[in-house]
Amino acid sequence: MSGDNTVLSARALVKRYGRVTALDHADFDLYPGEILAVIGDNGAGKSSLIKALTGAITPDSGTITLDGAPVAFRSPIEAREAGIETVYQNLALSPALSIVDNMFLGRELRQEGALGRVFRKLDHSRMQQEARTALSRLGLMTIQNINQPVETLSGGQRQGVAIARAAAFGRHVVIMDEPTAALGVKESRRVLDLILEVRQSGLPVVLISHNMPHVFEVADRIHIHRLGRRHAVVKPSDVSMADAVAIMTGAMAPPAQAA
Amino acid sequence: MSTEPDSAAPRGPQEFEKRLPQGEAPAQFVPEATSGLKRVQHLLHAHPTAIPGIVLLVSLVFFSFVVGERFLHPFNFSLIVQQVMIIGIVGVAQTLVILTAGIDLSVGAIMVLSSMVMGRLAVEAGLPAPLAIGVGIGVGALCGGLNGLLVTRFRLPPFIVTLGTWNIFFALNLWYSASETIRAQDIETNAPLLLFFGQAVEVAGARLTYGSVFMLGLVALFWFVLNHTAWGRHVHAVGDDTDSARLAGINTDRILITVYIVAGIICALAAWALIGRIGSASPQAGQTANLDAITAVVIGGTSLFGGRGSIVGTLLGALIVGVFRNGLALSGVNVLWQEFAVGVLIIVAVAIDQWLRRTAR
Repeated sequence: MSGDNTVLSARALVKRYGRVTALDHADFDLYPGEILAVIGDNGAGKSSLIKALTGAITPDSGTITLDGAPVAFRSPIEAREAGIETVYQNLALSPALSIVDNMFLGRELRQEGALGRVFRKLDHSRMQQEARTALSRLGLMTIQNINQPVETLSGGQRQGVAIARAAAFGRHVVIMDEPTAALGVKESRRVLDLILEVRQSGLPVVLISHNMPHVFEVADRIHIHRLGRRHAVVKPSDVSMADAVAIMTGAMAPPAQAA
Repeated sequence: MSTEPDSAAPRGPQEFEKRLPQGEAPAQFVPEATSGLKRVQHLLHAHPTAIPGIVLLVSLVFFSFVVGERFLHPFNFSLIVQQVMIIGIVGVAQTLVILTAGIDLSVGAIMVLSSMVMGRLAVEAGLPAPLAIGVGIGVGALCGGLNGLLVTRFRLPPFIVTLGTWNIFFALNLWYSASETIRAQDIETNAPLLLFFGQAVEVAGARLTYGSVFMLGLVALFWFVLNHTAWGRHVHAVGDDTDSARLAGINTDRILITVYIVAGIICALAAWALIGRIGSASPQAGQTANLDAITAVVIGGTSLFGGRGSIVGTLLGALIVGVFRNGLALSGVNVLWQEFAVGVLIIVAVAIDQWLRRTAR
């Protein structure tokens, strides 16, 4: 299993905080067009791994490659510019701003010609149009008013906006941190459908979740993180949920042949 | 390995989810049926300037009935605009800062310090007036920059920072001016440019000062900047939720620092307008501008919690205060009731803001 045609991969990542080793030579591989779930017990170093991949922390050693080229992100913004979009658990949406404003926050489109260059006027109509396209691509386009503030949306709708934003701008990878953790049963169901839609559109997805039924439902492969490193990679069709949890907690040895 | 149903069928809805309504699009956006009051709440939430607009209209109608002819005269209207001119300009600066969920208590002190710098350099140091005005604007920018630096680099609360700099700038103003007023005739002979904003044109019996026109232009400019430029949207986003704005890729510190610098520059422009309005440069002038500007911002519907509000609202807020003061004065009501009325307006405005913030949850 080498990282030949990986979209995003990491080798031997190490991150130490004083005497605590959060990442202990951790590996990671994401292949084109797949949904890779990352699971791990609390303190297994799964969030450190994700932070290293998205530029939120800089690993002490190890390499990260994106589309075969080595990368070293110093901030989440650099990772984003490289085409790695993250849907944070708090969604990073601005409640008082509209759906359109939020989708283009930090990368607004300016009008062409003198109005844009001299007066830096934004192109509201083009942004609205593109936001609408992005939302309808994910089957989210029953919005009657794309200019309504995000705070008037339900939790699932907000998640939908955040995922649509990531899918619209993510050129390589979309990483989602616990996208269903704060949602009810009905809304979780819809967000899982959205995740499948994103994969359908060709973008690989990294899904961090504690929810085993959700992981087993949508993931193509499951990366099990334990004690700061990749402990095993399994296919949901090969192992049961109970086995996955057993491997994750160390109660069971990982299967000899990693998926 | 196992015969559990979830591993046999890893795709498709879980058993417990099959009872959910099928065939709906994910996270559908469906309009909800709403009651009358809810609809008003939504409407006002979507158009926050509607409230100060209605209040201004009602107060105009009210005072035209109570006072009559004298209130309705164009000259009286132009007088109201002149009276709120300084508060309107400083209010623009204050709106920018309050939109970022901050507050700038030093706006009045920056204004008076800048006006003394302009006055002394032009009249006593004999600098050409445009240069003196330029230096004064530079002083305003520096003062704002200091506020911004303390807020971002040292992570101090804006209230505390500007409470401190208010005193510092005011003390510097007294020291630099030696507590002496620069007299009107000295300015007239040495630097008439300083009085530019006091000049006026007569339009249909109204006396429209350049200062009033300047204030309206400044409001229009910042309406554009806040709604139609990325910087303006980022100012809203930073005040709304700083962490989200940062994660969305906005350099929040840069936005905050530029907001305080721009506010300082606007205060220096207000200083120039102030000299034109009162005809002299006094280290004791504009003492009430500070709280009056905050009052205008709040009555104008801008939230003290940041992220929501508008520049046009601030203009309306300033005009409401002006109309109340003018109308009550013309009605022959004791001055103390003007203060009373303004107090009631502030509390009502903030109560409405709180009500709107609870909307549509």
